Amino acid sequence: MRIGLKNWYKSGEPWVWLNAGAVAISIIMVVGLLTLIAIRGLGHFWPADVIQANYIVPGQESKVIAGEVVESEEVAVQRLLDAGLPVSAEQSEFLERQLIKVGNRDVYGSDFQWILPAFLQGPELPKNIMVVERREWGNFYGFLKEVREGDQAILVDKPLWDTFQQRIARAEGIHDAIYEIEKHQIGRINASLERLRLKERRLELESTLTNAAQAELQLERAELQQEYKQLEQRLGELYQQFNQDHFVAETVDGRQVTLSIGSVVRAYQPNAMSLLGKIAHYGDKVWEFVADDPREANTEGGIFPAIFGTVMMVILMSVIVTPFGVIAAVYLREYAHQGVVTRMIRIAVNNLAGVPSIVYGVFGLGFFVYFMGSAVDEAFFPEALPAPTLGTPGLLWASITLALLTLPVVIVATEEGLSRIPRSVREGSLALGATKAETLWRVVLPMASPAMMTGLILAVARAAGEVAPLMLVGVVKLAPSLPLDGNYPYLHLDQKFMHLGFHIYDVGFQSPNVEAARPLVYATALLLVVVIAILNLSAVAIRNHLREKYKALEV
Amino acid sequence: MSEATVDLSTDQQQADKKAHAINMQSLGRVKQDLDIGSETTCLDINGLNLFYDEKQALYDVSMSIPQKRVTSFIGPSGCGKSTLLRTLNRMNDLVDGCRVNGNILLDGQDIYAKGVNVADLRRRVGMVFQKPNPFPKSIYENVAYGLRIQGINKKRILDEVVEWALKGAALWEEVKDRLHESALGMSGGQQQRLVIARTIAVEPEVLLLDEPASALDPISTLKIEELINELKSKYTIVIVTHNMQQAARVSDYTAFMYMGKLVEFGDTDSLFTNPKEKQTEDYITGRYG
Repeated sequence: MRIGLKNWYKSGEPWVWLNAGAVAISIIMVVGLLTLIAIRGLGHFWPADVIQANYIVPGQESKVIAGEVVESEEVAVQRLLDAGLPVSAEQSEFLERQLIKVGNRDVYGSDFQWILPAFLQGPELPKNIMVVERREWGNFYGFLKEVREGDQAILVDKPLWDTFQQRIARAEGIHDAIYEIEKHQIGRINASLERLRLKERRLELESTLTNAAQAELQLERAELQQEYKQLEQRLGELYQQFNQDHFVAETVDGRQVTLSIGSVVRAYQPNAMSLLGKIAHYGDKVWEFVADDPREANTEGGIFPAIFGTVMMVILMSVIVTPFGVIAAVYLREYAHQGVVTRMIRIAVNNLAGVPSIVYGVFGLGFFVYFMGSAVDEAFFPEALPAPTLGTPGLLWASITLALLTLPVVIVATEEGLSRIPRSVREGSLALGATKAETLWRVVLPMASPAMMTGLILAVARAAGEVAPLMLVGVVKLAPSLPLDGNYPYLHLDQKFMHLGFHIYDVGFQSPNVEAARPLVYATALLLVVVIAILNLSAVAIRNHLREKYKALEV
Repeated sequence: MSEATVDLSTDQQQADKKAHAINMQSLGRVKQDLDIGSETTCLDINGLNLFYDEKQALYDVSMSIPQKRVTSFIGPSGCGKSTLLRTLNRMNDLVDGCRVNGNILLDGQDIYAKGVNVADLRRRVGMVFQKPNPFPKSIYENVAYGLRIQGINKKRILDEVVEWALKGAALWEEVKDRLHESALGMSGGQQQRLVIARTIAVEPEVLLLDEPASALDPISTLKIEELINELKSKYTIVIVTHNMQQAARVSDYTAFMYMGKLVEFGDTDSLFTNPKEKQTEDYITGRYG
């Protein structure tokens, strides 16, 4: 037996098992993490059934509640007793309690309520209960009583629900028109007015503001203001139409409310929905999440600006870091004398990769934003002072800071790639009369490009997930507009932007409505992972293409 | 790139010379015997010493390489024949710590003189290495590479030269239908002929071949040897080989080197049939090496 064990040990089997075990644990952890995030995040968009029941706590008045069961957990009976709930401690030590999303924050004051299923009486799923998603105040749960145009109830022989949906669709159309005017057309006018103001100020600073120029500016301004007046008038009309329809609804405990249909995003009756209907609704919600702006302090609606900001920042970072990293690596590997100094520089570069990212954030804020930014402002944007243009955190500085953060990775990977180019290929080029620089450009760098891409992939993976430095150099919880739009100069490098990583932090920990926000934390985390995966996979695809193209000779 | 310098003799080298006095004498005699007859000299090597840091790799090598003939360098491994070959287009410049003194005249011009354009020299003195080293580009781009370096980008000229060079390297028929495929998909022998085509595309005066067939199978080797025979009407060819039969087959003149010294140089037939030196005889009869 002893010999058997020794032989078994010698055969390497335990080693193989150890390795396989380590791999298995890693895979289980990663898959488990992704599954948890996916289930928690994606479940949020499913239209859950709405239960209605009498909630009778002994010794208290009974009330009717309705809502979606969001979560259930076991709590110690002692805790419930301490909270003054008349539960009996005899049966078991633990009792189940459920978190119900009852909505109607404007009526009840809070969206969520903990209940003990033991006190629920006659839970049922009424077909005609509806969920109304609103632009403000969260969801409304209740029954539709009446749809009004102005003060008049609309009476038609169609089902009331269909009329309601039609009116919602109409309001949505008007809402889109209003959004278009407010966001784009008025945005454009404001941008133009701001430009005129800056132009005037610049002329003033240069002391070339003549009366003629002033008159011209005044004329342009008047034109814009005229345009603005027209838009304002149009907006007024639209708002009037938008607020024209109302609906009357009754909560389950019998309170009647009258709400504007303009405030409705969508309304649905989950208990009456077929599976197909639910799937369609689910797809709709997921799309809204991915493609829409956030509402209600980021706890509702979509996170498109955050996705856009993340991708934009990563792309800018890549554009900045690649040339710098490659040039530095080429110098270190190809031109610099391989001595003590070079070795020291190399060690320093490698150590830079280990500096905590928040340190880069502090540096970025101090050096890029305040020092360089204000210098740039004084040199190029004196007309806007004292309001800073680039002297304030923004997309440009965030990208540069992250480029600095990821520079070591690119340098190290590129150097590695350069050192792997066979000497014979370089000699082949030199023997044809190419100079060293020509050899670098035409042979060595293309062959090292897969290694550069590897560096870039690592850089992207690191940069896209970074949050701490970004909080200092340009990310905000809610950016009023995207950094890329139709107003000159189209790409607004000075603007602050939203970022998925920071969004997770903000929604999860800074939100006024924690319970409502929690599923969004998971959903956003999942989306962040997906965005990083997509960015990485596209870089990997490019690298594989390059690798195929420039695959080195079999050495 | 470290510039090899043409030093005057230092004390160190004087000492070396003394230490190898016997060889010096024999070398002196060999130099006199190096009769390339009425041939025109293409490369004239005079008193070439080469050091890698403190280690001397070539000792006072002097010889004249005739124009438009095949000259082969033979000798056991490590005898300095590749090193000598690489001095002819200054490839040794790339090695850190490599120093050269003595001179090499190409058409009367010292290639180690100050102000010599090394890239231009290498264009005139092309080199083919032991292992095929095509660039990871298409066959066409491989051959056009040297021309593009010179700034020739006209498609008509490139097409012409590529066809001419590939024909010159006896490769045209095999690759004319896949010129734009990657050169890395070719066989080793084809790759080596592609490298030769790439080298002759820039129309060098001298072709240096560093054991060009050692990594190839016998059939590919035969093709390369045939090619050398064809090319010698246009180019001065210097070939390093560890294969004596090959040297005997392809070359007009042969130099035998041993321990960094040129032992004997003469026309191939007499060197192989009637070597003057004992060392040469021992080597070609297979007593060592």
